[in-house]
Amino acid sequence: MTQIPQNTTGKKLGLVIDLDICVGCHACAVNCKEWNTGGHSAPLPDNNPFGDNAEGVWFNRVHTFECGNGADSRTVHFPRSCLHCEQPACVEVCPTGASYKRAEDGIVLVNEDICIGCKLCSWACPYGAREYDGDAGVMKKCTLCIDRIYNENLSEEEREPACVATCPANARHFGDLGDPSSEVSRMVEERGGYDLMPELQYQPVNKYLPPRPKSTGYEEERPQRLTPINPTSENEDAGGLFPWLDRVLSR
Amino acid sequence: MHPAYSVIIFTTFSGAGYGLLFLMGLFAAGQWIEPDRWFGFTGFFFAFTMIVSGLISSTYHLGHPERAWRALSQWKSSWLSREGVLAVAGFGPFALFAFGWVILESHDGAWRLFAILTVLFAVLTVYATSMIYATLRTIRAWFNPHTVRAYLAFAIWTGSIWFNLLTHLFDLHTPGIGFIVLASGILIWWFKRKYWMFLDGSPSWVSPNSATGLNDLGPVRLLDSPNTQENYIQQEMGFKIARKHAVKLRRWAFLTFFLIPYCLALMTVEAEAWLKIPAAILAVGFVMVGTMIERWLFFAEAKHTVMLYYGAEDS
Repeated sequence: MTQIPQNTTGKKLGLVIDLDICVGCHACAVNCKEWNTGGHSAPLPDNNPFGDNAEGVWFNRVHTFECGNGADSRTVHFPRSCLHCEQPACVEVCPTGASYKRAEDGIVLVNEDICIGCKLCSWACPYGAREYDGDAGVMKKCTLCIDRIYNENLSEEEREPACVATCPANARHFGDLGDPSSEVSRMVEERGGYDLMPELQYQPVNKYLPPRPKSTGYEEERPQRLTPINPTSENEDAGGLFPWLDRVLSR
Repeated sequence: MHPAYSVIIFTTFSGAGYGLLFLMGLFAAGQWIEPDRWFGFTGFFFAFTMIVSGLISSTYHLGHPERAWRALSQWKSSWLSREGVLAVAGFGPFALFAFGWVILESHDGAWRLFAILTVLFAVLTVYATSMIYATLRTIRAWFNPHTVRAYLAFAIWTGSIWFNLLTHLFDLHTPGIGFIVLASGILIWWFKRKYWMFLDGSPSWVSPNSATGLNDLGPVRLLDSPNTQENYIQQEMGFKIARKHAVKLRRWAFLTFFLIPYCLALMTVEAEAWLKIPAAILAVGFVMVGTMIERWLFFAEAKHTVMLYYGAEDS
């Protein structure tokens, strides 16, 4: 059913992405593609990969923004994927019931066997999380690596989404945002984690941690220029042939 | 938003078909028109053809048209599903209404009830179509009360131009029909004008700062896109051509969907017999083309919030 489940467990699995740490290496996007082209939604199309119009389905894309002006400007790398909203309009608009939100952990998924490929869900998503697979004729999206996080064939520490597992800067974190004592919830609490486009009221589960403020008082702490150790040519009193020559030639 | 031709054709033709059915039902329920067999046959033929061809064309943009029947299942939450259910359910009363009119030449008694049900289903189906768009918060140009008003008014306006032609063809035209044409023309002019004023005057819906949450760091602008070539999201939601030529296109749409058919329809009220029919036919031609231009603009002028992640400065 495409109605939002009412009797939930309170569990809200999701990601916390630290924009202060992300270096924009795109490793999360690449590992996501790598895993998911063999996972739950496999295969993810890659049309014309070596041509002029390479295009395909990616569940995770890294944008780079510039904020502020002049000396205060800074670059922020911004990974964007499904936010597994608590009020997912993409699920409500689905006419077939192919899109659904799981009651047990809040993950938003697509049942590709009954999706008719009308694309309305992608119109309803403000975040661009859903990408259409023209080869299969169905909509695809981030599964929060449902085939990793519950996969008993993987070792305990590998049971997290591919994007989180691969991030070399540790900018991505996975956990239960419905549990206030979880590590991700505490992180959000401490760093002021926020929702994207809160005015649209989709109540995303995934949270973003803002870049930390630039350090102030920098001018005073800046290293001072040192005085030359051997100020030969400036020393008028220095004797000898070469200083004399230097003085003569400097006139 | 990328204007998909299948959806433009679908909404224009099914709108006109439901508009025509609405007026036939209304005039039958009010007993304001003779239940003439051939008029009824022609009217139902055009209305059904437009509705069915519209429904069929709407399946062309689906990835799996053979699964389209599944779209009838989620009427509890999805307006697209409700539209499908209403469209299918409506064929019951429509068929009975048509049977009474064409076969029995009657719209009295029980047949009158089916006329009333036809009016109801026609309005509800077009309403459901408009709500598909009007509930998408991602698109400021659609998420407003103007969308429902315009869809309903366009259905009645295009339907009335068809009704005008058919009643002239069968010599069943009455001043009441002329009044409906004139009134719905004024309505569509007023609603569309208000809509365009709203669109030009509405402040930005969501800012790039809100999309990224980087409120405190000053103005946000895209430095580097994640992909070098356009992806699905940009192709589907990132249509820019119309906004560049909006004023010119709106002028053309306004001329063809309103002004020209309106003047032609006015002519049919008082003109000589030989002029009435060609003018009424021309009015139908113009109003259909004009409505398709208007529908094209409805899509092409609409900005989606996701483009904020791809360099759009407002949404």
